[in-house]
Amino acid sequence: MEIQLRVRRYDPESDPAPHWDEFRVEAEPSDRVLDLLHQVKWYQDGTLTFRRSCGHGVCGSDAMLINGRNRLACEYLVKDAGSRVTVEPVRGMRVIKDLLVDMDGFWDKYRSVMPFLVNDEVPTDGLERRQSPEERDRFEDTSKCIMCGACTTGCPSFWSNPDYVGPAAIVNAHRFIFDSRDTAAEERLEIMADADGVWRCRTIFNCVEACPRGINVTRAIMEVTREVSGTGHG
Amino acid sequence: MTDASARPRVRIHDLDAVVVGAGGAGLYAALELKRNLGPEARIGVISKLYPSRSHTGAAQGGVCAALGTTEEDHWEWHWFDTVKGGDYLVDQDAAEVMCHDAVETIINLEHLGMPFNRTEEGRIDQRRFGGHTRNEGEAPVRRACFAADRTGHAILQTLFQQCIRLDVAFYDEYQVLDLQMPDGPDGRVTGVVALQTSTSEIHSFRAKAVLFATGGFGKIFKVTSNAHTLTGDGVAIAYRRGLPLEDMEFFQFHPTGMYKLGFLLSEAMRGEGGFLVNGEGERFMERYAPTMKDLASRDVVSRSIYQEIAAGRGVNGKDFVHLDVRHLGAQVLNEKLPDMSGFIRTYFGLEPLTDLVPIQPTAHYAMGGIPTDIDGRVLADEGGRAVPGFYAAGECACVSVHGGNRLGTNSLLDILVFGRRAGIAMADEVRAAEAPVADRAAEAGVTTTRDELLARPDGERPAVIRAELAEIMFSHCGVYRTAALLGECRTAVRALAERAAHVVVQDKGRRYNTDLADALELGFLLDCAEATVASAAARTESRGAHARDDFPDRDDVDWLKHTFAFRDAAGGTPRLAYKPVTITRFPPKPRVY
Repeated sequence: MEIQLRVRRYDPESDPAPHWDEFRVEAEPSDRVLDLLHQVKWYQDGTLTFRRSCGHGVCGSDAMLINGRNRLACEYLVKDAGSRVTVEPVRGMRVIKDLLVDMDGFWDKYRSVMPFLVNDEVPTDGLERRQSPEERDRFEDTSKCIMCGACTTGCPSFWSNPDYVGPAAIVNAHRFIFDSRDTAAEERLEIMADADGVWRCRTIFNCVEACPRGINVTRAIMEVTREVSGTGHG
Repeated sequence: MTDASARPRVRIHDLDAVVVGAGGAGLYAALELKRNLGPEARIGVISKLYPSRSHTGAAQGGVCAALGTTEEDHWEWHWFDTVKGGDYLVDQDAAEVMCHDAVETIINLEHLGMPFNRTEEGRIDQRRFGGHTRNEGEAPVRRACFAADRTGHAILQTLFQQCIRLDVAFYDEYQVLDLQMPDGPDGRVTGVVALQTSTSEIHSFRAKAVLFATGGFGKIFKVTSNAHTLTGDGVAIAYRRGLPLEDMEFFQFHPTGMYKLGFLLSEAMRGEGGFLVNGEGERFMERYAPTMKDLASRDVVSRSIYQEIAAGRGVNGKDFVHLDVRHLGAQVLNEKLPDMSGFIRTYFGLEPLTDLVPIQPTAHYAMGGIPTDIDGRVLADEGGRAVPGFYAAGECACVSVHGGNRLGTNSLLDILVFGRRAGIAMADEVRAAEAPVADRAAEAGVTTTRDELLARPDGERPAVIRAELAEIMFSHCGVYRTAALLGECRTAVRALAERAAHVVVQDKGRRYNTDLADALELGFLLDCAEATVASAAARTESRGAHARDDFPDRDDVDWLKHTFAFRDAAGGTPRLAYKPVTITRFPPKPRVY
């Protein structure tokens, strides 16, 4: 089938302002939107610019606004996208070129929540730390995050306040706050209690809809919020 | 013009150690460098991507170690399975190190925060995987440690997170294009030269030790589980610098790739009880591997699928068979194999609880690569001379612990054990080494390559050549090979390489020129393909993943040896040399599963 692909383009080296380009691409219903973008880049217009790597939804490189919703281009099939497909960069981040945005701030926020296990004591028997399946289940959902940014860039609270740490960073804080092995929950909760922390969430649930990993992002944020309140950091 | 103004504009970084590639091997090495050299050490990790995008994250089913948390197991059993799995081309001293170190390494990974699945007693849970057996082949054993079916994701996250904690310096979105070797192939490696993707600027990273942890080159094949970015950059750079590539003819085809797409459906689906059926609904692996059945080693299962298809027993006469996981039940599929179930639903629109899943073998893993010793030191020749300052680990390297065929879960183990060991060895070298000498010629060469590609007004598109390369490599240098096929393939690859010298980059800009990146990657792919085909054509036997229709038997008299392929600087056929396999414990035996 022939697909009409509309792409929002912008090259700051040559364009005064963003504009729309339209391409016609032959595709199978089982092809992914990423295949459409590759068809254009490889055979029609080599200047089309986007990030991608794994091609099957596990590396998190190709979050884009496709037909009005944040998705991974490699996870959205032509049969679902239809014969007219519109692709734009995710919102709330500076566009560097076409579909590629400036992720620096996003990574800074990730780093700000201490996204690593803190516990320098190890069992004296020389084995692994023990953790029950139930204890592990507490952070199973948030350990799935691939840092694609679909949640944060789909969040109206983030659009209106770019300083908001955002759902992705909170998800990664949750990953460790609820890990029974971690010893730095207090510090993380203080970070979360900041004015630009969890309180900025307005439970709009865009993040849940946007997450390609099916993480219940809003629930994670609510759980962190409860911990923040419960420990008097609010 | 003065000399100074003629010199290319290059941004310089002086570091103690440079790690190229931010997958599991690179990150574990960086971590050990920091731990061993202290917080003041200048350790840089350079990646084409953001670290969390590395392909380690796509690994699914598990990482093995004989922990024995759920049933009796011994690291010596694991050692035997690795040697047998590799069809006796494994260097047994290296495999001994890997299987022995595995236990301590997995425990250390847990201490770093790895979210392993747990047993009811709170220990690391373990499951079955292909080729892993109790007591040298009696029955399958539970040896694979896992985090659901995203074990690689969890490993990548854990190591990246700990590198952040130790303040490793990350250089994200830089494409490394050359090594610095100011004294040529006999001298030290003193750094790398890279293109910064965001600006197209050339950066010179100078360091006392360099690690390549750049991953594989599965994109030389049409149907592959590999990411678009796995183009063999590091492997090809070493090859261009006159260093050998070891055992390139051994490339693993994983049996259960998603039909046409090539992405993997984890071996854990069979480890948890799934099995293959042909077009007649028969569980055909019982005929090929009576004991291990669907959990025979990957090369055996992939060839069995090809034979079923060749005999007309593919599904509807086509080139695929079915994976049946319907009987595993919702709990196993949702809790232990959630990502796999999701792939089946998303990309096929099928329901694993009720539908059969179309699969075909997919190019998955390079057993070969840059030869190293057990501490990651790169070897300059088949005699074992090490290149000072240069290390490699992970899929781009060949230790050789996988021999002719890697066992499932041994790749994640390889990156951890040898990434870690390389980091420790590099720390020692950094302490003793003098300040690195810059390689101006390398800096100038990379600058010229960039400028020429950007200046060329017209030519063929790189993607056209890339697609032709992947097509012929898959059809002519795939699961089954012959002298005739390989001869045609070699001619075709050479012709493609000539065309590749005239490709056009349409994007003439400097910011995030991914069109330029594609053109550069094409050259790396072609070099990897050249070494692969030449090594395969020379090996007139069948062993592990290298199956010759015209030489169907393993030949331990003439071929119990590693191939070392050296690039011919004049563009001719690579020179091949050979190195004996190290056999310390397990004499070669016929391989039956």
